[in-house]
Amino acid sequence: MSRTNTLAVALAATAFAPFSFAADNADLDQIRGEINALRQSYESRISELEARLKKAETSQAASLAAEAGASATPGVAPVAAVSSAAAGTASGVGLNPNVSLILSGTYANFSRKPEDYRISGFMPGGEVAPGPRGFSLGESELGFSASVDHLFYGQANFAVSPDNEISAEEAFIQTTALPAGLKVKAGRFFSGLGYLNEQHAHTWDFVDNPLVYQAFLGTQFAQDGVQFKWLAPSDTFLEIGAEAGRGSKFPGSEVSRNGSGAQAVFAHVGGDIGVSNSWRAGLSYLSASPKNRDYDETDVLGNSVTNSFSGRSRLVGADFVWKWAPNGNADRQNFKLQGAYFRRKEDGDLVYDRAATAQSDRYTSSQSGWYLQGIFQFMPAWHVGLRYDLLNSGAVDYASNAANLNTVDYRPTKTSLMFDWSPSEFSRVRLQLARDKSRQIDGVAAPDNQLYLQYQMSLGAHGAHSY
Amino acid sequence: MKNAFLLILLVQGLVAPMTSQAAIRAMACEPEWTALLQELAADKVSTYTATTALQDPHHIQARPSLIAAVRNADLLVCTGAELEVGWLPVMLRQSGNPNVQPGKPGYFGAADLVSKLEVPTRLDRADGDVHASGNPHIQTDPRNIALVADALSKRLVQLDSVNAAFYQARYADFAARWRMAMQRWEKDAAPVRGMPVIVQHKAYPYLENWLGLVELATLEPKPGVEPTSSHLSEVLALQQRQPAKLIIRSAYNDSRGADWLAERAKVPAVVLPFTVGGSDRAKDLFGLFDDTVAQLLKGVKGGAAP
Repeated sequence: MSRTNTLAVALAATAFAPFSFAADNADLDQIRGEINALRQSYESRISELEARLKKAETSQAASLAAEAGASATPGVAPVAAVSSAAAGTASGVGLNPNVSLILSGTYANFSRKPEDYRISGFMPGGEVAPGPRGFSLGESELGFSASVDHLFYGQANFAVSPDNEISAEEAFIQTTALPAGLKVKAGRFFSGLGYLNEQHAHTWDFVDNPLVYQAFLGTQFAQDGVQFKWLAPSDTFLEIGAEAGRGSKFPGSEVSRNGSGAQAVFAHVGGDIGVSNSWRAGLSYLSASPKNRDYDETDVLGNSVTNSFSGRSRLVGADFVWKWAPNGNADRQNFKLQGAYFRRKEDGDLVYDRAATAQSDRYTSSQSGWYLQGIFQFMPAWHVGLRYDLLNSGAVDYASNAANLNTVDYRPTKTSLMFDWSPSEFSRVRLQLARDKSRQIDGVAAPDNQLYLQYQMSLGAHGAHSY
Repeated sequence: MKNAFLLILLVQGLVAPMTSQAAIRAMACEPEWTALLQELAADKVSTYTATTALQDPHHIQARPSLIAAVRNADLLVCTGAELEVGWLPVMLRQSGNPNVQPGKPGYFGAADLVSKLEVPTRLDRADGDVHASGNPHIQTDPRNIALVADALSKRLVQLDSVNAAFYQARYADFAARWRMAMQRWEKDAAPVRGMPVIVQHKAYPYLENWLGLVELATLEPKPGVEPTSSHLSEVLALQQRQPAKLIIRSAYNDSRGADWLAERAKVPAVVLPFTVGGSDRAKDLFGLFDDTVAQLLKGVKGGAAP
C-alpha cells in the first residue's frame, strides 16, 4: 500500500516535473532512482506471478488430460492445455532416432519336406525356401531412422533370424536437401526394382514373395552401393532411378573387384483415376556379373555335385499395381490388384562338378515368369487374397555339359489363398493356404500343400503408409 | 507519385486474376487448409488437396499422385500433431523437394499454433491411436482457424513478398468476417451449451470446448479402433443411466455404429461435416461452421431442451 502511494507521488512528481521549477537536480535524480527501483521491483514480481500462473495451468491441464485419457469424464468441460510443442524436445529423448521392432512367428504345415525344396528348371540362389515346418520364430526386425543433419537421413534395419543371427537388411543414408527432385542413397538398400522388391517382409500381403522374385532375385535383391533417383516436376508421378553396387547377392556373387558388380535402372509412373482409383506401373532392368556363383545340383547319374556359373545375368521386368477404395476411403473396403512379369537371360561359362570333374563350357539360358494377385478388404480389419505364380524354364543350353546335367523343361506354378485379420495397423494374424508345384520329380509335377499361420506385429515408431 | 503506386496496385489486382498465374503452388494435407488458402490468397495460390472430407486423414497412403504434388509444391500446409504421421514423412522423403521440409518456410504446420487438448500423460498403443502432442483435430474450433489464418497470412507474405499488400488486405477482410461469423455461431449455438453428446471418434474436443458440449462416451472403444458390438452395448447401457442428447459422427465415418445406437437409444444421430466438403452446406469454412451449428441444434429440438 505504501509502495503504491510512493509510486503515485513519484508519478505525480514526474508529471509535474517540467513545471516545478523549484525542484533541483538532486531531487529529480532521487525521484528517478526511486521510480527505477519501483519499476524493477514490480517487473520481477509480475514475472514471478506469471511463472506461478503458468505452472498452475500446466499441472491443471496435465491432471485434466489424465482424466480425459482414463475415461470420458462427464460434466468436466475440457480446458485448453498449454501448448506442448516443446514437450518432446525438452528431454533428450526427442533427438533419439525412431525405433521400430517387428515381431513375427509362424506355424507351418507342408506335405513335402522343405529341406529338398527347389524350383525345378531354375538355378537356385538367394533365399529360396518355404521355411521350416512346425512352429518357428519369424524374422524379428529392428529398425532405426532419423535425420542425420540438415543434409542427410539415415536408416538401418537389422533382421534377427530364429537361429540368433543378426544381419543388416538395410543400412543406408539418403540426401534430403538436393534440389530438383534429386535423391542419392548410399549403403545397403533394397533395390528399387519392381514393386515388391523394396518392401520389407512384414508389409507383404502373403507370407512369402512370389516365385518370380524367388527364382530371379533370390526373394529380394539388396545392393551395397549407390542409388540415384529423380522425380520429374510433372503432375503425373514419374520417377527414374539408377543403381550401381557390389552385386554380391544372387543373381550376382561375391567378387573382389574395383568396379561395380551389379547395375540397375528403373522407372515408375503413377497417378489417380478419379478419387477412388490409383495406380503405379514400372519398368526395371538389372545386370549382374557373377563369378564362380556356386550352386548344388543333382547330375544325370544322380550324384550331388556343386556347379559354378560365371558370366552375365540380365533381368528385365514390368510391374503394375492398381488400388481401389470407395471415395478413396480405405477404412471400410478396398481392393488391390498387382502383378509383374520378369524375363532373365544368362550367358557365360558353367563349370560342372567344380570339386572333381571341373568340366567347363558355355551356358546360356532365357527364362521368364509372372505373378498376379488381388487383395480385398471386405470389412474393416479383414482381408482375403489370391495369388497365382507361374515360371517358364524356357531355353537352357548347357553345351557339352548337357551330357552331365539334365535339361529340365518345366513350368512351376503356385496358387496361394490368404485371409488376414488386422485389428489395428500395428498387428496382423494371417492364414495362408498354398498349392506349390515348384518341384518336378521324375518328370512330373510334385505338388506341396502348404499351410501357414502367422502373426506380424510392429511396435515403436509409427509405420509408414507406403504405396 | 501516390497515384502511380495505387494505379500499379490496381493494375496488378486486375491483371493477376486474368493471367491466372498463381505465385505459389501449395499442397494442403486437409481440405480445411485449402479453403483457408482460398480465403487468404484467392488465385495467387493454386492448391492441391491431398484428402477429401470423405477420407480418414489418419489412414492415407503416400500415393504416387501425392508424392508428385509434394515435389512440385512451394508450400505445404498440413495439420501436423502427428495426424499425418503415417504418410507425410514418407511423402516428404520421397518427394526430393528440400523447400517444403519441416523447419523451412515452405512447411506450415497448423497445429503448432494452437493449444492442444487431450495431451496424453502416458503414451501406450494399448490406448489406441493416441498422438503424443495432443488431439490433432483442431479445425473444429473457429478460434483455432483464426489463429492459423493470422500465421498463414504472414507465411504467404514471407514466401511471396511481391503480393504482400494483397495478402494483408485479404487477411484483414477475412479476419473481420470471421469475427462476425463467430459471434453469430456462438449466439446461435447458445442452446447447446452443456448438452451431453456421444461421439464416434475423438474428433471434436475443440468443438466441445468452444461450444460447451459435454462428451459422455465414444463409439470407438479406443481412438482409431472401429466400434465393436460389445462396446456399443456398453455405450447403450451408459446411455440409459446418463442420457446423451445427440450422437455425432464425421462424414467419413461408417454410419452403422451410430445408426444402431440412435435407433435403440431414441436419440438423433447427426453427421457433422468435420471439414470443408463434408456436407453440401460445408462448401467453405463459413459453411462448415454454419452446418456444424445447425446439426448440433438438432439435439436441442429433438429432445426435451434443458
